[in-house]
Amino acid sequence: MTRTVVRGSGLTKRYGSFTAVDAVDLTLQENRIYGLLGRNGAGKTTIMQLLTGQLFPNAGELEVFGREPAEHADVLRRICFIGEAQRYPENFTPTHVFKAAPWFFEHWDAGLAERLVADFRLPVKRRIKKLSRGQLSAVGVIVGLASRAPITFFDEPYLGLDAVARHIFYDRLLEDYAEHPRTVVLSTHLIDEIANLLEHIILIDQGRILLDRDADEVRGSATTVAGARAAVESFVADRPVIGREGLGGLASVTIDGRLGRADRIRAAELGLELAPVSLQQLIVHMTGTELDADTTEEEAAA
Amino acid sequence: MDESRPIFIQIAEQVENDIIDGVLKEDEQIPSTNELAVFYRINPATALKGVNRLVDDGIVAKRRGIGMFVTLGARARLIDRRRADFATEYIRPLIVEAEKLGIDIDELAGLLRAERIES
Repeated sequence: MTRTVVRGSGLTKRYGSFTAVDAVDLTLQENRIYGLLGRNGAGKTTIMQLLTGQLFPNAGELEVFGREPAEHADVLRRICFIGEAQRYPENFTPTHVFKAAPWFFEHWDAGLAERLVADFRLPVKRRIKKLSRGQLSAVGVIVGLASRAPITFFDEPYLGLDAVARHIFYDRLLEDYAEHPRTVVLSTHLIDEIANLLEHIILIDQGRILLDRDADEVRGSATTVAGARAAVESFVADRPVIGREGLGGLASVTIDGRLGRADRIRAAELGLELAPVSLQQLIVHMTGTELDADTTEEEAAA
Repeated sequence: MDESRPIFIQIAEQVENDIIDGVLKEDEQIPSTNELAVFYRINPATALKGVNRLVDDGIVAKRRGIGMFVTLGARARLIDRRRADFATEYIRPLIVEAEKLGIDIDELAGLLRAERIES
């Protein structure tokens, strides 16, 4: 039986007249990898700051390991949050950071931290203020992984990390998670790179949850149908359309819902091309302005 | 990994292919869920779903405390199933495309034979 480690209901955070997080209900289960996805300013970081006790909600209930996170050391000790621009005392070196980490994280694994330092080729004796942006991100990633915290948040952890370093992060995360399961929340723009690592997806838009589903259900749940306009329109007639593009007599329409074998044969007979929609493309469709334009049209028609 | 289909199904198919090709023999242990996850860079829960699908199909069976093993007769059963799907998966799309190009059945048969000789 999986245990719920985070339970939030009606969570709301306002900054003046701006509502950053708007009555969000969410639960996180033990030992899963979550993707917290959405556009810039969608409210991802604010949600993570609420869950980690860095901010107080204006309304709503929140339990992390059964109680409010803020000012409860026994809860905070089990949480690790790695932010986009994680700050450290400037005169520290990475060695100092890794020496101090076990004071905060009871499951800290110094051996793992050492292996990661070698993987990322991090100069551990250089002062923090002399590190490059990517090296600073590596410090955060190492702290996040080696802390083995029961809930670990990575909020855009890899500013300045190159593709090789990012793949080291994904591989080490998977390996260590397989051996030491824990709850991991990844927030990133590089959705295609991490799509297969995720077990569950939470998509945020304008402070609200747009999608909260198993990654397996989301994957392959949308298809783009392209071909002659009339044929495309007849094929998609009674299906939920989430995106539409056209060029002269050609149309390309993205539909929600899985296609069965009979659908595929029919599409082939109509001369239509079917293309899978990646998680990243699906999210662009769901949170992009294109969809807003469609809604406005429908509203205008109604 | 192909984006259009659930990954756990593709993981199950990869293991099935290895059994059909003889890379994994009957009564032999298959890689663990964690090994599959790290190798294919996927979530271990997804890999587990793939392996469970093989268990449900009777292709692999669990030996308590050791791991998953290919069952006896698994290869023959897999081949039977793939043969049954061959017409809809391969022949039907081939005919649809051939018709589009004005290739009739006799010409298609000739093309198949010629291709076979070349390879």
